[in-house]
Amino acid sequence: MDAQLKRGILDVCVLAAIKNEDSYGYKIIKDLAPYVELSESTLYTILKRLESGGLLTVRTAEHDGRLRKYYHITEAGVGRVEEFKEEWKEVNLIYQFITKEDMEDDSKRVYI
Amino acid sequence: MTANEFISDLQKSLNGIPSADVEERLSFYSEMIADRMEDGISEEEAVAQIGPVESVAEQIISEYPLTKLVRERVKPKRKLRAFEIVLIILGSPVWLPLLISAAAILFSLYVCLLSAMFVIWSIFGSFVVTAIAGIVGGLVCSVSGNFWSGAALFGAGIALAGISILFFYVCRICDKGISLLTRKFVLWIKNLFMKKEDEK
Repeated sequence: MDAQLKRGILDVCVLAAIKNEDSYGYKIIKDLAPYVELSESTLYTILKRLESGGLLTVRTAEHDGRLRKYYHITEAGVGRVEEFKEEWKEVNLIYQFITKEDMEDDSKRVYI
Repeated sequence: MTANEFISDLQKSLNGIPSADVEERLSFYSEMIADRMEDGISEEEAVAQIGPVESVAEQIISEYPLTKLVRERVKPKRKLRAFEIVLIILGSPVWLPLLISAAAILFSLYVCLLSAMFVIWSIFGSFVVTAIAGIVGGLVCSVSGNFWSGAALFGAGIALAGISILFFYVCRICDKGISLLTRKFVLWIKNLFMKKEDEK
């Protein structure tokens, strides 16, 4: 996949992982694991980028005698996810158009 | 490898990055290891899942801005005394040209990589141009009476077209190789500004 495209998608994946409730690093990786493989280093970079972009906030809380960072989505973060959904409706339409042409090609092949 | 070993090894290999950033990274990774262990994964396995220290460090360094590395490296550890500042200014005829030439060498290496890419694509371009010229010239030549030399020229044009198609793939491979080389080169420059273990 194109690197630029993948970066944008991963950002939204992480936002979606914390959309319903605040989450922490390992849980984000675990929740996303069935869909995308995300390394710790990549996640760190994404979280930093989202934080500096104001799409999420970080708080540190004590858990089991140690510190753990929890990530909380902001209004802007929710907006970004919604924006992504809208954009991909368009992409999906284009995809249908492209695959439709493929199908027509296939059917032609059958008749010839 | 235990979690503590991993963290202290990582800290050593990140020596040169501002300590506040290193601390943040380290606490991020130790949280990751602790959460894995809480999830029932053994310490050994949890550390292994994060990956080898070298590749983690390499990724961190390659993502880290070069300007920040340079600034951290040249930043004096204490306030300079007046005579030191005078010495630096007096010494500038010596160190300034050295610094400029070092930067120039690095820059010219980079230009070399880019021009290698340019040369390869130019060769491809010349194949395409001669192929077209051969085909068109061959046709013109054979129509205007000189049939056999025209045919020979046309054949050469077709052969060159074939070569250029093959060469296109060679170019693509070289392109990938050179961009990989460029990335390694940038990483190498960044590593110049990282501190070695023994100069802590």
